[in-house]
Amino acid sequence: MTSLDETGPSTPLKRPIRWHILIFLFPALLVYTAVMILPLFQTLWLSLFNVVDDQTVFVGLGNFKTLFGDQRWAADFWNALKNNFIFFVIHMLVQNPIGIALAAMLSIPKLRLAAFYRTAIFLPTLLSFVIVGFIWKLILSPIWGVAPWMLGLVGAKSLFAPWLGLPHSALITVSLISVWQYVGIPMMLIYAALLNIPEEVIEAAECDGVTGWSQFWKIKLPLILPAIGIISILTFVGNFNAFDLVYTVQGALAGPDGSTDILGTLLYRTFFGFQLQLGDRSMGATIATVMFLIILAGVSLYLFIIQRRIRRYQF
Amino acid sequence: MSKARTSHLRSASVHLALGAYTLIALFPVFLTIVNSFKNRNAIFRAPLQLPGPESFSLIGYQTVLKQGDFIGYFSNSLTVTCVSIFFVLLFGAMAAFALSEYRFKGNTLMGLYLSLGIMIPIRLGTVAILQGMVATGLVNTLTALILVYTAQGLPLAVFILSEFMRTVSDDLKNAGRIDGLSEYAIFFRLVLPLVRPAMATVAVFTMIPIWNDLWFPLILAPAEATKTVTLGSQVFIGQFVTDWNAVLSALSLAIFPVLVLYMIFSRQLIRGITSGAVK
Repeated sequence: MTSLDETGPSTPLKRPIRWHILIFLFPALLVYTAVMILPLFQTLWLSLFNVVDDQTVFVGLGNFKTLFGDQRWAADFWNALKNNFIFFVIHMLVQNPIGIALAAMLSIPKLRLAAFYRTAIFLPTLLSFVIVGFIWKLILSPIWGVAPWMLGLVGAKSLFAPWLGLPHSALITVSLISVWQYVGIPMMLIYAALLNIPEEVIEAAECDGVTGWSQFWKIKLPLILPAIGIISILTFVGNFNAFDLVYTVQGALAGPDGSTDILGTLLYRTFFGFQLQLGDRSMGATIATVMFLIILAGVSLYLFIIQRRIRRYQF
Repeated sequence: MSKARTSHLRSASVHLALGAYTLIALFPVFLTIVNSFKNRNAIFRAPLQLPGPESFSLIGYQTVLKQGDFIGYFSNSLTVTCVSIFFVLLFGAMAAFALSEYRFKGNTLMGLYLSLGIMIPIRLGTVAILQGMVATGLVNTLTALILVYTAQGLPLAVFILSEFMRTVSDDLKNAGRIDGLSEYAIFFRLVLPLVRPAMATVAVFTMIPIWNDLWFPLILAPAEATKTVTLGSQVFIGQFVTDWNAVLSALSLAIFPVLVLYMIFSRQLIRGITSGAVK
């Protein structure tokens, strides 16, 4: 690829090689290629090999066959994939609608305290997963009793359960913690999109008697669809690559009983090893490859199908 | 008259909803900080009360500062984040300038190649990255983290900065050329100062994921001497699960720097996000 830049401009005028272009591009290209692109492809390549009798041999798609079909691996893998999918669905159904609703309210003109609300709601996004994970672990802990006490205030104390410890509610709880942390991002992006709608469009709508809710649904929502597309794909990539929160709240084993195991934690355990399980580089690379393909599929779907169908309005 | 009343009602309900959500967003942070200044009894008996004269206690902070090397972790995080941001901005701006200023064969292709990394997370290459770091002896050094984070930050930086550099006037650059400035001088002395607001935006976008990352410190630099704040507090809090004073104090210590930085830079940050940097 670099050989292309050494050639001169497309103009017929004969000019010397423009070294400065190469010098401007070189550092970024070097770091980016060496630390990101090459390892990525090397990982994909590694997934085709495995260690047999202390020898690294080419096994083709054998690792994938093991991952999808072997009793020991398949159960863990399909469980993690299913959980990851639920994790994503909860984000799409809870995080993004709340983010849009908050942004819609914040963008009301001349709203008092808007700057304060915006600043406060965005704060959790800046905290690390470790802080967020531990804070919620403490709050939801039956030992401290803050959560049951608060439920008691609304007369629902009996509803309290150690949600993080129960297999059927742990995944939902972890997802909601993640939603709590990240709602600021869709809020901000949608807020920005709403601010970019020109005054004239809104005024024209008001002249036609379209106000309030119907204005939001009929005028503003279609105009911010591209931004909603972007937050959806950001959520998708972020979720299928998530690891930190589950690791902090539930540990590398993603308990109870693997009920919060997602692809990121499975990759960590497989590749790096945990407790009695030894690290397995080939299977780690295989899981990373599957994650890569999932993310690639999602991004391509967005770029080539969804983004082209969304109608963009030029003002 | 009735229209005025409904609009009052509407704005009241909007404030109610936003206020309620603000409370949800702030409450956990508030609860942690308040309780970190209380003694054990008060933490459990009245978690929502502000620390009073008889419940005030700094025992948690004493435990934390005695046992954990928080200052060391903090300086590691600061080094990694600052150096990475510096390289992301420098290399990113240089590449963005090359892509936006010059027309050469492969320009579009290069732009596409560099923006691959915006959507594909660098984490997926971890297996080979660790292998490479082991081969070059960089495991458990801050250099390994700086390299990874620089690579991670570059794609978005190049993307945002080249959008901004296209808006710098050509007349200005050509005037510089006529005055005999070299291409390097045009970049460093004319263009860079003009895109400073965009650089601030990129710096913030780059900083947050680096400061908060747990994955790469855990895998590439888990040694005591190279732990970052995020990994350090993760390990530290894990050891003290039963010492509530220490846990709450450690959490508060990890929150403070972020809180202070946010209070100083929140305007800049929010303006950066909403100014259409992400289109």
